Amino acid sequence: MRGILTMVHLTLQEARRRRLLLSALLFGLAFLSLFATGFHFIHRDLMAHNVLPAQRKLILSSVMMAGFYAVNFLMVMTAVLVPVDTLSGEISSGVIQTVAAKPLHRFQIILGKWIGFSLILALYLGLMAGGLVLVGKVLGGVTLLRIGTGVSLMGLEGTLLLTLSIAGGTRLTTIANGVTVLGLYGLAFIGGWMEQIGTLLGNATTRYVGIVASLFVPSESLWQLAAYHMQPPLMRDLNLTPFSPASVPSGYMILWAVGYTLAVLCWALWQFHKRNL
Amino acid sequence: MSTSTSPVIEAFGLGKLYEGRVAIKNLTLEVHRGEVFGFLGPNGGGKTTSVKMLLGLVTPTRGTARVLGAPVGNVQARAKLGFLPEHFRYHEWLTGREMLQFHGRLYQMPSRSLNARIDELLTRVDLHDAADRKIREYSKGMMQRVGLAQALLNVPELVFLDEPTSGLDPLGRLLVRNVIDELRQEGTTVFLNSHLLSEVEICCDRVAFVKGGEIVREVAWRDQAPILEVEIRMKPISSGLLKSLEVFGREIISDNGVVRLRVPDEEVLPLMTRWLVNQGVMIYQIRSSRKSLEAMFLEIMGQDHRPG
Repeated sequence: MRGILTMVHLTLQEARRRRLLLSALLFGLAFLSLFATGFHFIHRDLMAHNVLPAQRKLILSSVMMAGFYAVNFLMVMTAVLVPVDTLSGEISSGVIQTVAAKPLHRFQIILGKWIGFSLILALYLGLMAGGLVLVGKVLGGVTLLRIGTGVSLMGLEGTLLLTLSIAGGTRLTTIANGVTVLGLYGLAFIGGWMEQIGTLLGNATTRYVGIVASLFVPSESLWQLAAYHMQPPLMRDLNLTPFSPASVPSGYMILWAVGYTLAVLCWALWQFHKRNL
Repeated sequence: MSTSTSPVIEAFGLGKLYEGRVAIKNLTLEVHRGEVFGFLGPNGGGKTTSVKMLLGLVTPTRGTARVLGAPVGNVQARAKLGFLPEHFRYHEWLTGREMLQFHGRLYQMPSRSLNARIDELLTRVDLHDAADRKIREYSKGMMQRVGLAQALLNVPELVFLDEPTSGLDPLGRLLVRNVIDELRQEGTTVFLNSHLLSEVEICCDRVAFVKGGEIVREVAWRDQAPILEVEIRMKPISSGLLKSLEVFGREIISDNGVVRLRVPDEEVLPLMTRWLVNQGVMIYQIRSSRKSLEAMFLEIMGQDHRPG
């Protein structure tokens, strides 16, 4: 256990020392400031035109959902890119040799890094989502529904992609790993949209192709599910925005995503265990 | 686990194939407690792969090995090992002290004793004043020295040093030699992987020569009787005379008025000279030199070996 904690500490120390946290914080603040500015002016216009409260709430909720969509994208990039070099880089530079020669099991190295990066991602997501909620509440008096559920699902999506990125690093070079994991995310993304469009058009084949893609990489389904839970029922029932899923992923997709993440993590542990360093 | 008399390293027929290419053919060796063991060979001869196999970083394709009485890779045994890799790279965003603290925590050393040990080692490798600078600001020699400190953090029973003086200036090399000498005096076993023959010649008790992925000769270097190579310019030289010289030495070669032979020690020289004069031989020049490790290396590796 001490070996894992030492690796967690090193991962957090690296994020702080390499100004990863500082960059994330500064650009997060820039993002929130821009969002707050836009939100403020939209809210002011709605008030000036005496838009009905229900309508106003619907419009501001859509703006909030756009904010969450952007946060989801930033979190996905953070989850993929931040750990992309952690193993492949240390393997190619030889840094890993002195670490792996110490009295700890190799799985402790992977688990320590995985926990460390997951904590960083959780902190990032928490700050960004918390900032959005604060902006909505303070500037427009609007709160989305089931924020906790939605953010948890986004967190699961990020953890899944982060795990893929760490797992890829056990076998691939840094660049190949980044391209592969972003490519997998791209498959899930387009698969999710095919599922939605197929449902809207009543094209079952397209929908099933999208569902299969979601099973292959369930990240986009988790966002769709998060968006479904967070937006007002009227908004999602009427499919008023691109964030209103026409086809709602099953609750079993959460179980699938958890199992998928654990399976990828186990694969990473096994690959690193048998790898020549 | 190991006893005080058992070898600290035992390898039997270790082999390693990389995608069908033989990296290590057949590595069989024993290293005894307290000795400084030199592992010599040309670049690309499999020295680093051998060390990595003994540390559990690389899985052998065949054969078995035990280190400190346990199978290679055993976590408890690794607690008593130190390792300085050939390409010493560390988390360069850490300071030297932080890097040592990180590695000490991996050894599960208590904070207080770890910090005391770090101070002691930083002084030993002459880096105390640079301890709080980031490693990325270190020169190559400083990185090598902080790496050496890292390898000694846990007061190891066995230390693997892979090319420890590469990139060091003469003072740095002297420091490393002194550290190795201190380790010998403390009873620590040192596995020194090097292609710098002068370093091995000075430091090692025993030397193994690696060629083509296997050990081709082992020499108890420190205990070995000194061999003198003698060169005598003289005349006349007859086959009978050459035959008679076998009393004094061996590997006798005559070439263009010069006779070369190997004698066990310097005491032979006046006896042999007197005998030759008594035989009526005119001696114009006599030179002797100790057989160097370099000569032995070249002899063992042969002329067919290409520079690495």
